[in-house]
Amino acid sequence: MPDSRFKIMTSAATSGPGDAGRTGSWRVERPVIDYSRCTPARTGRHACHLCWFYCPDVAVSKTIEPQFDLDYCKGCGICAEECPVGAITMVAEETFAEGGADE
Amino acid sequence: MSNKCIDSGNNAAAHAARLAGVEVVAAYPITPQTPLTEKLSEWVASGEMDAEYVAVESEHSALGVCIGAASAGVRAFTATSANGLLYMSEQLHWAAGARLPLVMCVVNRGVGAPWSVWNDHQDAMSQRDTGWIQLFVKDHQEIVDVTIKAFRLAEAVHIPVMVNYDGYYLSHTYMPFELPDAEAVRAFLPPYVYKHALDPQRPENLNSVTLPDARRDAGGVLRGGYMDIRHNLQQEMHQALAVWEEIDADYRQRFGRGGAPVLEAYRLEDAEFVVVAMGTLANQFRDVVDRLRQEDGIRVGVLAVQVYRPFPARQLAEALQAARGVMVFEKGLSYGHQGALFADVKSALYPWPARPVLRNFIVGIGGREIPTNELCRNLKQACGQDELPPEVADTPNWIGLQL
Repeated sequence: MPDSRFKIMTSAATSGPGDAGRTGSWRVERPVIDYSRCTPARTGRHACHLCWFYCPDVAVSKTIEPQFDLDYCKGCGICAEECPVGAITMVAEETFAEGGADE
Repeated sequence: MSNKCIDSGNNAAAHAARLAGVEVVAAYPITPQTPLTEKLSEWVASGEMDAEYVAVESEHSALGVCIGAASAGVRAFTATSANGLLYMSEQLHWAAGARLPLVMCVVNRGVGAPWSVWNDHQDAMSQRDTGWIQLFVKDHQEIVDVTIKAFRLAEAVHIPVMVNYDGYYLSHTYMPFELPDAEAVRAFLPPYVYKHALDPQRPENLNSVTLPDARRDAGGVLRGGYMDIRHNLQQEMHQALAVWEEIDADYRQRFGRGGAPVLEAYRLEDAEFVVVAMGTLANQFRDVVDRLRQEDGIRVGVLAVQVYRPFPARQLAEALQAARGVMVFEKGLSYGHQGALFADVKSALYPWPARPVLRNFIVGIGGREIPTNELCRNLKQACGQDELPPEVADTPNWIGLQL
């Protein structure tokens, strides 16, 4: 039985976006999606969604036009790798406005 | 009701684990620990013990299985010796950082190379900074009592506990001891409950990458960074000493044994000189002390250090304030420095007004025989040497070298 005088501090938390902090600041490449090629965007149907399925950081939404949550997207590129129609391109952060989305 | 028996130290430890209601045992055999895990596997196989015995391929996996079991809210146990303990080392740090209430018996043995299966304390010494509570016992009865109490301590403070006993001196010798009644142990040690038990219905991240800074988690709760978590471990290691004393007092009330859980003094009341030692060596010194008192009129006593981590610095300093000389005899060292216990005792005394003359003796490394006559001779000689040059006094003396 744990003693109430002890805090027993551990690294344990409910999993979810942001559990490891705003990991978007780790990113060196950003996913950019071409909706004219993206299957759900093009068909208007909940289809494919492999980018949402594979994203290890739950940073892609399961919407008709998939959106990237740049607060948490680390830029790993798995979505671009998995997209069967090549709709996602990884673009170097420095090509965006100074500091990108995360200051 | 209790059960008196005559058995080996390894079997005493096995009985203690069984009485503690261990639910998972994961262990890899290594001399001199082997008979302990063999006994547990026998009982699991025969149905005498209701536990899962996981036969693993290494000590690293053994502790890994225990870490998993404890994370799932199950009372787990393992045991090892020497190189097996060192093979676990990475997982030792993990278990402490994850604050898992594991208990492990370490049957102390010298560390290779060169290969040795005989006793010394170097294995435990080398793991002293892992964040485990380290207890040292002196006889079979203490193996039983301390192992049972260790589970309650580990689960109260959520810090893993290592119960150290000397290979061969205790593991393979037979001694009479008393086993407490199983029902009474259950009352003393209620079932293990862990608030972070792995639960598929309530997923959690446990010990994933933890940033240097404190942060708000997904739920907005402020969580400690690595340094905060480690500081809490350090604080609570120190607080655990008081809890250990409370647990011992409760055990003593229920079972009639205990009373000196941190330091055990022998003939210390009027002692001018004090021997500090751990494990069976402290018991051997009772004979030495009796002889020196009787034959030479030297007022000398023994102080057995039973909790090595957290180090009982204040209690030691208080116990040694009245002494003229303190002789630390030990079976392990920090290579390139001096005896690890000696260095700790010295640092414990530094802030206090009375600093007795300190001497360090290294004995029994890799099972080298420790003749009581030799201890008598060296201790007697040390008691008459107050005026050694500082550097000489501070250099460990190796007793029993043959080359």
